[in-house]
Amino acid sequence: MKLRRERLDRGIKARCEDIFALSSYREILYLMFPRVLPVLVLLILPLLQGVIGLYWEKVLMNTCIMALLALSWDLMASVGLISLGQALFFGAGAYITGFLNYTFKLPPILTIPLGTLGGAFFSTLLLLPVLRLRGVYFAIVTLTFPLLLSRFIETTKILGGTEGMSALSPLPNIWVELYVPVFALLICLFGFRRLINEDYGLVLQGIRDNDRAVMSGAINIYWFKAQAIFIAGVAGAFTGAFMTHYNQSVGMAAFAMDYSILPLTAAVLGGVGTFAGPTIGAFILNPLSEYLRSVGPLRVVVYSAVLIICVVGLPEGIFHYLRRKYHQFERMVDIG
Amino acid sequence: MIPSIIIYGLVNSVILALTAIGFSLTFGISGVANFAYGGFYIFSGFLVWMLINYLKFPFILAIIVTIGVVGLLGFVTYWVILLRVRGIPLSEVIATFALGVGILELFRWMGFVTYEFTLPYLKKGTIMIVGVPIDYQRLFIIGIGLGLVLFLYFFTHYTRIGLAFRGIAQNERTAISLGIKSDWTAALSLAFGSAMASVAAIVILPLGIISINTGYEVLLIAVAVGIVGGLESVPGILVASLILGYAQIITGTYFKPEWMMVVYLAAIVFILAIKPSGLFGKFKELEERV
Repeated sequence: MKLRRERLDRGIKARCEDIFALSSYREILYLMFPRVLPVLVLLILPLLQGVIGLYWEKVLMNTCIMALLALSWDLMASVGLISLGQALFFGAGAYITGFLNYTFKLPPILTIPLGTLGGAFFSTLLLLPVLRLRGVYFAIVTLTFPLLLSRFIETTKILGGTEGMSALSPLPNIWVELYVPVFALLICLFGFRRLINEDYGLVLQGIRDNDRAVMSGAINIYWFKAQAIFIAGVAGAFTGAFMTHYNQSVGMAAFAMDYSILPLTAAVLGGVGTFAGPTIGAFILNPLSEYLRSVGPLRVVVYSAVLIICVVGLPEGIFHYLRRKYHQFERMVDIG
Repeated sequence: MIPSIIIYGLVNSVILALTAIGFSLTFGISGVANFAYGGFYIFSGFLVWMLINYLKFPFILAIIVTIGVVGLLGFVTYWVILLRVRGIPLSEVIATFALGVGILELFRWMGFVTYEFTLPYLKKGTIMIVGVPIDYQRLFIIGIGLGLVLFLYFFTHYTRIGLAFRGIAQNERTAISLGIKSDWTAALSLAFGSAMASVAAIVILPLGIISINTGYEVLLIAVAVGIVGGLESVPGILVASLILGYAQIITGTYFKPEWMMVVYLAAIVFILAIKPSGLFGKFKELEERV
C-alpha cells in the first residue's frame, strides 16, 4: 500500500471566498481571527504593566521599533531593493530629531514628525544616485552608507561628533512611550499590506519582478523606486526619531550595524515580502536577544547564525508556513 | 613634499589594490559573492597572531599555515553555504555577509580588542628614496601588491583554471557544457580569493593594530575599488586603486585628514552617476539608461 501526501484547502477556507464570507459568523471569524489577534494582543499588552513588569514593557516597545524597521526593509524588498544598511534611515531620523531638539529646543511633539519626514527625505536623496543599480549592487552600496556617515560625523565633529547630543527632552509619560510605537506598528503593518495589494503596489511588485517590462509600459521606475524608498524611510526614520527621545540622547551608535542586521534577520526569518512575516520575526528575535543581552557581541553572532540557517535551510520563512497550516490541511492518500 | 606625496600615494594605492584583489577575484571575475571577505581578512590576522603567541610557531610557518587554512575555509564556505543558494544573488549576499559579521563579532566577544594584537614586520628598517624615508614593510607591500595584480591578470587570461573562473561568470551553462566543473571552479575561486585576503592581511596589518572595525572597512574598500574600476577587470582594480589612493593622500595633505574617508563615498556616487559599470567594466546589467 503506497501512500502519498495530499494537501487540500480547508473546508472553511473554501466556504469564505468572496461574498460567501458574509454567510455566517464562523466564516467572518475565520477571516478576522489572524488579523484581530495581533491587534488585540498589541493593544492589551501595555495595559498589563502590573503583571508583566516594566522591564518587559520596555522590551515590547523595543520590539515594536524593530518590527517597524523590519517592515520598512520589507517594503523596499517588495520593490526589489534589498538594503543591507537600514541603519541609514534610523540614524538619519535620530540625528535630525536630536538636532532639532538640541538646537531649537522644539518639543517632541514637533521634532518627531519633523525628524521622521526629514530623515526619510535625507535618506531618499542620498539613495537617489544609486537607484539605477540592480539588486546585489544596490545592497553593497547601502551597506556602505551607514559606515560612511558615522565616519563622517566622527571626523567632522558636527552634530556632536563622537559624544553625540544628550540631555534632550523626554517623552511625556509611559503611556505615550508604549502606545505610540504600537499604533505606528499597526498602522504600518496593515497600511503596507493594503498598499502592496492596491494598484500602486502592483506597479512596485512589477518593478521587482521585471523592471524592464515596467519601463516599456512608459512608467518611470526611478520615480516609483524613489517613492517606495521615501515611504519605507518614513517608517524607518520614525523609529530613529522615537528612540532619540526615548533615550534622550543621540550619538554615532545610531548608525550601528545592529540596526541593519536585525531587520534583515527578522524579515528573512519571518518571510520576505509578507509584511506580517517580518513582524513575527521581530517578535521572536527581540525577546530572544534580551535573554542574550548578558553576552554582549555574541548576540550579533547568534543573529548571523540564525540568518545563515534561515537563508540556506528555510528560505520561505515562518509566516508562509503558518499561513499554509492555517488554510490547508495534509493527509496521506493511498495510491497503491 | 611632492616626492613624498607620490611615494606615499603609491603605497596607499597598492594597499587599496591588495585589499580589494581577493574580493574582485571571487565576486568580480567569477561572479561568486563573498561578503565574508572582511571577516576572512581579520580572521587571518588573528590566526597568525594566535599561532605566533599561543603556539609559538615561527613567523614563516605561521604565515604559510594561515594562508592554507583561510584558503581551505573559503573552499569549505562554498560547499556548506553558497552551494545551496547559488544563483539567487540576494541570498548569496545575505548568507556570506552574515558569515562575515558573525566572524568579526565572535572575535569581538572573545575579547580581541586591545592594543597587544599586532603582527610582526617582515623586515624592520628604513631606507631613503629620493629623500623620502620609507620602511621595508611598505616596500614589501608595493612589491607583493603589484606582483599579485600582475599574477592575477596573467592567471585569469592565460591559464585554464583562470579562464574557467571567467567562464562560469559569463555563462554558467555554456561553461558546464564545455566540461568545466562549475561548482569546483567556484569553490576554487572562493578559496583563492580568501587566500589573497590573508596575504593582504599579513602584509598590511603590521602597519597598525588588528582592529575589528577594519573588517568592515576592508569590505567598503573592496566594494569602492570594484565599483570605480569595474568589477570584472584587473586593470580596473589597479587604475581604481591608484585614483582612490592618490585622491585620499592629496585630500589628507592639502585638505583636512578627516575627509579621507569621504573620498570613497564621493567616488562611488560619482561613478554611479556617470558610468555605472565602472571605468573598465563591460557588464551591461548595471547600466539602465534608456
